[in-house]
Amino acid sequence: MASRAEGMTGLEKFNRIGKGMNVLFHLIFILIALVCVVPLLVVLSISLSSEESIRQTGYHMIPTMLSTESYSFVIQQGTMILRALGVSVLVTVVGTVLGVLLTTSMGYVLSQSNYKLKGLLTWVVFIPMVFNGGLVSSYYINSNLLGLKDTVWALILPLAVSSFNVIICKTFFKSTIPDGLIESAEIDGASQFRIFFSIILPISLPVLATIGLFLCFAYWNDWFQSMLYINNQDLYSLQALLNNLMSNVDALAKNASSMGVSYSMLVATMPKETARMAVAILIVLPVAFAYPFFQKYFISGLTVGAIKG
Amino acid sequence: MKKTGQKRLRTRWRKQDTELTLLALPTTVWYILFCFLPMFGIIIAFKNFKITGGFLSNVFNSSWSGFKNFEFLFKSNDAWIIIRNTLGYNLLFIILNIVIPVTLALMIGHLHNRRAGKVYQTMMFLPYFLSWVVISAVIWAFLSFDKGIANQMLIQMGSEPVNWYMEPKYWPFFLVFMNIWKGLGYGMVVYLATITGIDSTYYEAAVIDGASIWQQTKYITLPMMKLVIVMMFILAVGRIFYTDFGLFFQVPRDSNSLFNVTTTIDVLVYKQLKTATVGMASAAAFVQSVMGCLTILLANWIVRRIDPDSAMM
Repeated sequence: MASRAEGMTGLEKFNRIGKGMNVLFHLIFILIALVCVVPLLVVLSISLSSEESIRQTGYHMIPTMLSTESYSFVIQQGTMILRALGVSVLVTVVGTVLGVLLTTSMGYVLSQSNYKLKGLLTWVVFIPMVFNGGLVSSYYINSNLLGLKDTVWALILPLAVSSFNVIICKTFFKSTIPDGLIESAEIDGASQFRIFFSIILPISLPVLATIGLFLCFAYWNDWFQSMLYINNQDLYSLQALLNNLMSNVDALAKNASSMGVSYSMLVATMPKETARMAVAILIVLPVAFAYPFFQKYFISGLTVGAIKG
Repeated sequence: MKKTGQKRLRTRWRKQDTELTLLALPTTVWYILFCFLPMFGIIIAFKNFKITGGFLSNVFNSSWSGFKNFEFLFKSNDAWIIIRNTLGYNLLFIILNIVIPVTLALMIGHLHNRRAGKVYQTMMFLPYFLSWVVISAVIWAFLSFDKGIANQMLIQMGSEPVNWYMEPKYWPFFLVFMNIWKGLGYGMVVYLATITGIDSTYYEAAVIDGASIWQQTKYITLPMMKLVIVMMFILAVGRIFYTDFGLFFQVPRDSNSLFNVTTTIDVLVYKQLKTATVGMASAAAFVQSVMGCLTILLANWIVRRIDPDSAMM
């Protein structure tokens, strides 16, 4: 017992709760944790059910008849799914890289207390946190003035920077990078670009990971930008595709590579209900596997954000 | 000597300043295009805006309408509904999103088995990482009329199935539940980080003085969490005119029968934007921005009067 007590926080070490209370707390947490996870397992089980069983008896917690027909259908109708997957991956990768660069460079510049325009740029970052143009004018500026409508940039650019992330970066650079390091590089004649790219970024992995993860999940999970700016089905991300399938299950068949069957036949035979859930699982799977590994970065990111800059 | 030297350096524009400006330039351009241009686009709210040609020519050619758009907005029946929904749901969310995660964070710190605590926490964090589109599909699996699990259960228990997406009376509960469900893991992380950061000597001293667990929580843990709780509170109050669009649009599947209980400012603005009644939508978005700005400044001002250290600005 003594060895276990060492790693405990103050609350746990002294005055622990009684056995009965402990059991009660565990039960409460088990219940809440199940409520958070079970719905997804249900979706998984539906995606693995046979379409026939759903047609007859509806969705079930546990599949009455196992079948992978939804997945084989989704894979067979490859083009649309693969394209959407490609868009999602492209947007996530490009967006994350671009966002991290834009955010950290601004954060670095703002962390330099001798910089002349620091005051001005601080306002540039700060004002959008308090006031914004609203959805309508953003929409018209982005689609008409900047011409982003129906381009993949509409999915990437508007989400690239958030003032909150810039401030996290600024706080990080200010508190962890010693002034002497930058000064000595300046004396050695390094330009600010060189200092930023070859000295600051390599030693700032924790904050890069934090911002990168935030952006990564934001891009992967985004559906709103698609809904606003994308009409062209070829530019649908996985989220937009699922969104479309939720209102119109036949959408998949419309774009299907017809394997010698007519559209109407395909619509009649496709596993509509389960195909929907299969796409949902395709979206969730990478997230569900990745996030437990990255959780500690998220936690450090959230905690950094809670400290004032 | 050193001080004056530094002062002279600070007043002169150095080579570093040019380089830093260039380094900040791309992000500054981004801010101008995506944050500041839309601020000037607010002008739409005061115009008879027509969506035909290019944006600039539209803005210049449409006639001024003064406050007509606002009049139209506030005289409609929708105005009262969307303001009531936006403020009402947000007030509930603010209270519950502090009370429930704080309580659970306090509880999880007391569990004897730390590894189990970590597992619970990871499981509870999962919904935070899902998109509303996926969640909407999950909810559909439970609430769909003919195949949903909820109705299967009702039928098995001998009750009549309910057409969930047509019955407004259930939705306030669903929406509040979904909001807490999605944000629980996030809130717990924030509060738990504060709790683990508390110096254990406080508890040591308290135990020596014979303090019970409840007294320790009341006199040590909660006061130490005050700062973070107040911060989360200001952030939430500052967003009181904004709602999670996904929650109010995707989850109820834009069902018209649920209009009265699920339409918030964001949802109305989006719907009108898509049906091209731009005038009222831009007026609503403008009111939202201005009120949002005022509330965040007000919340911050109040907090600064109570506790200067907790204020953001």
